[in-house]
Amino acid sequence: MSDKTHAGVLSGEFFMQGDIACAEGAICAGCRFFGGYPITPATEVAQWMSERLPVVGGMYIQMEDELASMNAVLGASWAGIKAMTATSGPGFSLMMENLGLGIMMETPCVLVNVQRGGPSTGLPTLVGQGDMMQARWGSHGDYAIIALAPSSPQEIFDLTIDAFNLAERYRTPVLVMTDAEVGHMTEKVVIPPPDEIEIVPRRKPTAPPGEYMPYYVAPGEWVAPMAVAGDGYRIHATGLTHNEKGYPATADDSSQWPLIQRLIDKIEKNRDDIIVLEENGLDDAEVAVISYGIAARTAIWPMQMARAEGIRVGLLRLVTVWPFPDAAIYDLAGRVNGIVVPEINMGQIVREVQRAAAGRTQVISVPHPGGGIHDPYKVLDAIRRAAGRKVEV
Amino acid sequence: MGIEMQGYRLDKTMEQHEEAEGWVDEIHGTHPMDDLLRTDRLPHIWCPGCGLGTALTCFLSALRKSKFDLDKVVVVSGIGCTGRVAGYVRLDSFHTTHGRAIPFATGLKLGNPALKVVVFSGDGDLVTIGGNHFIHAARRNMDITVICVNNFNYGMTGGQAGATTPVGGVTSTSPYGNYEYPFNVSALAAASGAVYVARWTVLHARRLERSIHEALLKPGFSLVEIISPCPTGFGRRHKQREGLDTLHYYHEHGVIKHGADPRETDIGLSGALVEGKFVDLDKPTFLEQRSRRLAQALEK
Ligand SMILES: Cc1ncc(C[n+]2csc(CCOP(=O)(O)OP(=O)(O)O)c2C)c(N)n1
Ligand code: SF4
Ligand SMILES: [Mg+2]
Repeated sequence: MSDKTHAGVLSGEFFMQGDIACAEGAICAGCRFFGGYPITPATEVAQWMSERLPVVGGMYIQMEDELASMNAVLGASWAGIKAMTATSGPGFSLMMENLGLGIMMETPCVLVNVQRGGPSTGLPTLVGQGDMMQARWGSHGDYAIIALAPSSPQEIFDLTIDAFNLAERYRTPVLVMTDAEVGHMTEKVVIPPPDEIEIVPRRKPTAPPGEYMPYYVAPGEWVAPMAVAGDGYRIHATGLTHNEKGYPATADDSSQWPLIQRLIDKIEKNRDDIIVLEENGLDDAEVAVISYGIAARTAIWPMQMARAEGIRVGLLRLVTVWPFPDAAIYDLAGRVNGIVVPEINMGQIVREVQRAAAGRTQVISVPHPGGGIHDPYKVLDAIRRAAGRKVEV
Repeated sequence: MGIEMQGYRLDKTMEQHEEAEGWVDEIHGTHPMDDLLRTDRLPHIWCPGCGLGTALTCFLSALRKSKFDLDKVVVVSGIGCTGRVAGYVRLDSFHTTHGRAIPFATGLKLGNPALKVVVFSGDGDLVTIGGNHFIHAARRNMDITVICVNNFNYGMTGGQAGATTPVGGVTSTSPYGNYEYPFNVSALAAASGAVYVARWTVLHARRLERSIHEALLKPGFSLVEIISPCPTGFGRRHKQREGLDTLHYYHEHGVIKHGADPRETDIGLSGALVEGKFVDLDKPTFLEQRSRRLAQALEK
């Protein structure tokens, strides 16, 4: 794999680390700019990009901090380049303000968070999933966001490509919310031939300069085509509330309403296109486990033990965490006796599950503060309780 | 009904101004800079007596003289009164977040090296909240031109102290006089590796324009520091109630010293205000360094 003559897509079968699979997925998706700052357990993404991007005609730069990284990514995207950064908790916090700038300016790009235990410096080398709510709400103001949660190196490769495509389709930053286990795990990764990889190109305006309005959205569409710097359109983009011309419109709420409503609707009203879920054994299930990322993977063993005890348990794995699959969970909640939600935080996504289940069934949280994966017997006990079995305490 | 603000009568609120479209000055007609301005955004929000109009005019004249393909020129601003420049120029322009214009500009330049990228922003934006990006872009000799309007305070938010406020400077957050040592913007750029550093007050408009022209043509990280009146936030607290009072001050205290050691050009509340071209040297830029290194390394 260190053969530098290979450019672009390295089709083939590899034994590959999750972070590296993420970088390779980005390159396959057409990413040619990476601006980042080293942080465990995301550093390998930057390292790999620093080696690979120059040989595929891309640009790598290590910025001075994560505020700079996020902004450099936005700038590169506005220069017409597909761009990405990767970080972990502390850096993710530093990126929040400018993630909002990306959302407001409608800038396609990808932000990877290889989560570790927090808060603060927390557990730099150990797993966590504690940034899931920050991913949804971390920047100030109202908006909607897309966040994907891979649970294997293969999936981090696949979902990084999907993230770039979603970013272009909806003109927005997309989050890949992975974790230290998946990022540092080494497994088989299959990279398909280039012609089997779907790539969504940037949609450019066809209207001549003078007629084109950078934020005019045609009826039936959700986003405007995107002219970038140097295209001759002399565009203006701002983090201020703006009108269709892209000009600040801050005197009252007349531009705020349509803008913010559209920024939310373009994601929330396209849930069917965006949301990916994986179901396993739910057809006959009396108990459902709902989880994501590494926690969904480690739930499989206790689920097998529960099945061996005669409990019909199935898994709903959230490949897409945001936007949240309300409808699927509401429906599932009407069919089972209980839902178990293991996640490596003290109970974040379980709140959303409770909200979506709307009281139709009991929802049991299996928390973990980070630093390791779940004790399988804790998940098993929760499944037993959900099934109405007696559990010794 | 007009509103009274700082003793001036305004016929429209700033917001009404912002909303006004296709505005033509009834007395003066169109302006020679109109083709470079988003005239549908005029009039601007700046106060009477503010130096920003002169700073912008000098930039636009220099840009015109530079003969750059204007479709390839990008202006990036942060937040502040100066930060509004990006919204007024008829060029590709980005109004980013407070302090972050330089890293955004870095991404633009590296994303498309054919662009001429100019950062136009305030002192608070560039060297206080954004100081880290400023020194690192200079260190890398990143291929951008930075125009920093230094009015010694945060104009936009009502005249607070920042990292450029001279010792003793009275602002809305240093009511007893500032007791922190300030940054010298030009010296900071020079010490960090800038290849071109010049400082002018807006009174020295022709020299300022010439320096901006030189900076635009200079490969690598160039800085032009513009000393500019902010009567609303700073001047009126320093016996300079009107912008014109500050220009008088520049006239009396300005001392032109080309090639001065930037470390000896600190600005106080009184005494000489040293201006001129302090640094003009040649050094491979970030992109040149990168190309050379990669060519060597990847050849093998
Ligand atoms: C993160 C953040 N903090 C604070 C502010 C508020 N703010 C807006 S402009 C400004 C200061 C601008 O000062 P300067 O860059 O010197 O520009 P000037 O208005 O003097 O031209 C501040 C503190 C902000 N917009 N964002
Ligand atoms: S507050 Fe100061 S810098 Fe801002 S427009 Fe008014 S005079 Fe100019
Ligand atoms: Mg200022």
